[in-house]
Order: sequence, then structure tokens, then C-alpha cells
Amino acid sequence: MIEIGMEIDGFRVVERLHAGGMATLFRVETVAEADFPIILKIPRLAPGDDSVSVVSHEVERLMMGALTGPHVPRLVAAGDMARQPYVAMEMIVGPSLSAWLDKLPLPAAEIGHLMAAVASAVHAVHLQQFAHLDLKPANVVFRNNGEAVLIDLGLGHHAHFPDLLAEEFRRPVGSAPYMAPEQVAGLRCDPRSDIFALGVILYQLATGELPFGSPTSIGGLRERLYQDPVPPRARVPAVPEWLQEVILRCLEVDAERRYGSAAQLAFDLTHGDQVVVGERGRRLRRQGVRDRFKRWVRAAGWEPSPCPSPSARIAGAPIILVAVATRHNLPAQTEALQDAVRRMAIASPASRMALVAVIPVPPLFGSSDPSDSGGNAHVRELVHLKHWALQLGLPEERRTCHVLESDDIASAILDYARINRVDQIVVGAPPMVGGPHQGVAYAPHPGAVAPRIALGAECSVTLVRPRHDG
Amino acid sequence: MIIALLADVHANLEALEACLDHAREHGAEQYAFLGDLVGYNADPAAVVDRVSQFAAAGAIVVQGNHDAAVSGASCEQMNESAAAVIRWTRQQLSSAQKSFLAGLPISKRDGPAYFVHASADRSEPWAYVFDGLRAAASMSAAQAPYVFCGHIHEPVLYFLGADRRPQPFIPEPGVPIPVAGHRNWLAIVGSCGQPRGGNPAASYALFDRDRELLTYYRLPYDVDAAARKLRLAGLPEHLARRLETGE
Repeated sequence: MIEIGMEIDGFRVVERLHAGGMATLFRVETVAEADFPIILKIPRLAPGDDSVSVVSHEVERLMMGALTGPHVPRLVAAGDMARQPYVAMEMIVGPSLSAWLDKLPLPAAEIGHLMAAVASAVHAVHLQQFAHLDLKPANVVFRNNGEAVLIDLGLGHHAHFPDLLAEEFRRPVGSAPYMAPEQVAGLRCDPRSDIFALGVILYQLATGELPFGSPTSIGGLRERLYQDPVPPRARVPAVPEWLQEVILRCLEVDAERRYGSAAQLAFDLTHGDQVVVGERGRRLRRQGVRDRFKRWVRAAGWEPSPCPSPSARIAGAPIILVAVATRHNLPAQTEALQDAVRRMAIASPASRMALVAVIPVPPLFGSSDPSDSGGNAHVRELVHLKHWALQLGLPEERRTCHVLESDDIASAILDYARINRVDQIVVGAPPMVGGPHQGVAYAPHPGAVAPRIALGAECSVTLVRPRHDG
Repeated sequence: MIIALLADVHANLEALEACLDHAREHGAEQYAFLGDLVGYNADPAAVVDRVSQFAAAGAIVVQGNHDAAVSGASCEQMNESAAAVIRWTRQQLSSAQKSFLAGLPISKRDGPAYFVHASADRSEPWAYVFDGLRAAASMSAAQAPYVFCGHIHEPVLYFLGADRRPQPFIPEPGVPIPVAGHRNWLAIVGSCGQPRGGNPAASYALFDRDRELLTYYRLPYDVDAAARKLRLAGLPEHLARRLETGE
């Protein structure tokens, strides 16, 4: 029995914070000074007992040791499994996402802002081969800087480690309202199950309701295989079509039809105006009895597809930023850039292309010529950019167009790439001047943009240059 | 204590040296050879001598079916090309080398670890642990937290859960896997000298006993040299192709 004031391996127990079904949380102090508050998580049952709580404790300490970065709590120490199992970890001080649950429904802008941070955190752990598999508001906490932290990693799956939970329990484990159809079927290795859970949370924030309720039986859980949810706009008409499109895409039964990565979801949540709204976003009622019956028949024999590794799946769904200079007048350069983008689109069918153009910041007080005002310049550039995009021949949902205003083109593109977790930047390289025998030299215009991007980017950069025919 | 686990060296000196170099660089202090030192490839004498040196220095060496066949047991169970290499190998080895192979134990226990070529369950000779049930049988027979074995040439890890039906886990090379000693594990370390799975790189593993970490490796080695020797010795061509492709 753990009591206040007790000392465990140098941690002095100060306060009991929470006693849940699986574990009890205590705030502790260390003998040595730590630069962040620490909590001790102690599984509820005695070691040797092979219940979910003990195995998930073992999984959690494994995952905390394997994962890095700001989106999971830092691991401080883990207690001996045979003597006193515990995990000592960083206590995240900020609010939990569940703090928003008593203000539902939330406006779309707030949902986009909050959930883009959560989706980014999910993307960060997916890149580390980890699928959380128990995402729900109570398992998301925000740091003071707005970054989301995913907690309770004990039901997760890491592609590099044997799955202790799949071996022990042949029944679905997780939280019933948020569980993806493939989890209901017992599959525990698909990172897109997390995208489904994010869809349930989005639905909940937008409508105040859970899309599939809180079933308590396997039969109840299976309903989500054939019964589509009431469209969010039917419950709350203020939900914009783009948000419904995003939510229902996350909630697709077939994981292949959801977002290819959580980063792509985060992108849409921060660019609602760019979401291509289809039937999914506009529908106001659920499917009719006949459709439901068809889905029921399909669900009866439904087998989820086997899992590849999380990072392999994400690597196949990158966000590619194409820096487009619509103004310069070099047809060969334009053609080379468009060719390069088309080739990438074919090589990676789940990729998304974000076409970005940068225009100068309009003068603060406007110019005397009304046609030259900032707003007009922006719209004009967007028209050019969309025209440019059309020539790629890509389906609309695979490309977005963005006009940034900045006097520093390279910095604007680098900032945009970082904020939107872009995987690759494609940029036209300045043309060579002189023949090959004269060595390499750069033309002064369009400035040193491409090399600055290449040096400053946190992702891969592809420089595209037309063949020199001289 | 870090233990290097090498199985199915199969007379491939180039692969063996590549694994030994790597193990030494990664702090191996103990060596375990999990059977089948000979067969399939062209350097049986050199490999037996090398492993004998390790055995003299305290390494664990257990016997495999090819070792038993070379030192006198029947090779009726083997396919024709494997049996042909066994007959060739008998001519290549001195009587001292053959008696080293003949004298190897079938299994060896060392603290929490049990070393065997095929299965600890001996109800049939040289049983292949190709699924969870057979893995469970071997683990139950071994009565040890860790069973290290070979015989199957592709690396796999099993552990025994509450339902007693382990599923195979395919390890990612170079990633340390925590293998807590309060569970039962069976590690097939993969073949050093005749790798499979479409990957010609040599397989072996390192077990860090104190930190309870198991790391599988796939190492590139001079496949061309090993295949050239095999062809020069007049051994079956498809065995040379197999080295080159890992199929």
C-alpha cells in the first residue's frame, strides 16, 4: 500500500492525484532537484498477475523508453517489475482536452486549432513507429506552449517490439466510443486507427455527441462497421461543410479511405477553406436502410487489411510543398518544375501537393492606384497559382494553393514548411548563366531563394533545373 | 554480459568472420554457436577450426543435424544437394575435426538461457519450430526464460503469453528488443552462413543479459567470395545462387 510521505527508490510521495481502474497516480518529489514536476504511476494489481493492467504497464514503460520528443511525457525511471513496478514520468501541467468537453459544441475555428495540435502530436509518434490505439480527450494534455502531449501509452503498438497485448488478449482493448473498426476486429497495428479516434473526438467537439455512442458489448462495438454516424451538420447546422468532410473522412470504415497521415489531417484542420467538399461534407442524413443492409452484409465478412509499419505508411503519404514563382518568365523552368511535380505525384500516389507562391507585403496605407491594393494583388496571384496548378493534371483533392505575403521569400517558405510538417520542398533552381565550360554561376534573380531554402529546410529539398541546351 | 548468438554458419567462413568482427566491436564477451557449423558451403575445415578455438576459450557450441550427419549419422532425411555436400564435407575434414563435431552436446543450459539447434522438445528429431505451437512446445520443454536456437534460417522471435499460443514477431535489424526475464522467449537468430528471406546479408543476434535486450542484425559480407569457393569446389550451383540472392 502506497501512503503519503513514503519513499520509493528516492521518490517521496506527496499527493495522490488519481486512482483509475488500471493504475494510481501520485505526485512525488525527488531527493535530487528535478527541473519539472514528476508523477509516479503504479499499476493496480500485483506483479505476476497477467491482467490487462499489468501487461499495459509493461507496455507503457517500454513505449516511454522508446519514444522521444515533446509529444509524450519524459520518462524519469521505471521500478523493478518483481519488487515494485512503477513508472516515474514528467507531469504535464497544462489542461487536458477533456476540459473542453463541458463547453460543447465548440466553434469550428477552435476545433481546427486544438485538433491540429493533437493531430501533429499523433503524426510525431507515428513517425517513431508507434500507434497509440487509445486516443480520447482524457489522454491528450496540452503544454503551456500549445503543444499536445499524448499520455497513457499502455495500449499502444510499436512496430519494432513484439505486441504483448495482442498475445495476451484476443479481444479488443481500448475505449469503446473511440475504437476503430479494425480494432474491434482485433487488429492492433494500424496507425490509421488513431486517425479514426481523432475523427470521433472531432465529431464530439463539433456536436457534443459521440458518433457511435458508448457501446458495452462486442455486438454494440461492431455496429460501427455497418452503421454510418449521423452527419455532424444534421446535429449542429453551424458545423461547416469542410469540417464535416474532414470528420467523416476520418471515420471511414475502410482505413484506406481515411487520411493517409495525421499530418495531412492537421493540414486540412488548419486550411478549412482549401478542403474539397464532396458528398460526404454535404450530406444531412445517414444512409438509407438499403445501403445500411449492404454495409451490414459486407461487415459480416469484413477482414481488415494487414498492417505495414507506421512510418512506412506515412512515408507513402507525404506533404510536398512546391514553391511556385508565377511571375518570372522562363517557360523552360516552369515546364521542368511541373514535370518534376507530376513525376513525384505518380511515384507517391498518396502524396499531397501544397503549391505556395510568395508576394511582397502590401504597403501599409495602400497605393494611390486602387487596382494595386494588397487584396487585389493577393487574389491576382491566387488566380495565377490556380492556373499553374491546373496544368499539373492532378485531382483537386491532391493539391492546395497558398499565397503568402512576405518580403523574404525563402523565410516565408521555410516557416510554412515547418508549421505544416512538410516532408519535401520542390523549388526551381536559378538558371545557370554561361556555358558549362565557364563553370557554375547563379543569376542574380530570383535571388538566392533556392539555395537558402536548401540550407535552411528541416526536410528534403529538391532543386529543379531545366536541361541546358546551349 | 553480452552474448553473441550464431546459428547455421554452414561452412561459410566469410559470413562467420563478418559476424564475429561485428560482435567483438559491439562488446560481445561470450559466444554461443547454435549448431550446423558445416554443410551447404565450401569452408568446413576452416569454420570448424575457428569455432574449436572459441570452444576452447569457453564458448557454448551445440550440435546441429548437418554436424551430426558429417560425423556419422545418416543423412537420409536431407534433400539430395544437402546430402551431396555432407558426403563432400566428410572428405574435407580431418578425424579430429569430425570428432569435435561428433562430441558436441545437443543442448546446453546456462543460467536463464537454453541453447539448442532445433527444438528443446525432442519428441521428434530435429523438429522445425515453424509456428507458435512448436515454439510453445520447445519453450515448455526447455523450462527456461530464454531459448536460443537456429535450424530455421529466417530470424523470428516468439514469446509465451497467457494463452500459450505465441505469434511470430519479425525483428527489425539493429533495434534492441526488451525481453524481460519474467516472460518466456524463444529466439530463432537466423542463419549466419546461408541467410534467407530474400536478403543475402548474414543473420546473427546479440543478447545483453544484464539489460535484458536482444538485438538481431543483418550484416553484409563478401558473398561473392563464398559463392566462388562453392563453385570451385564443384558443389551444386543452386546453393551458390542461394547465397547470392538469399532466396
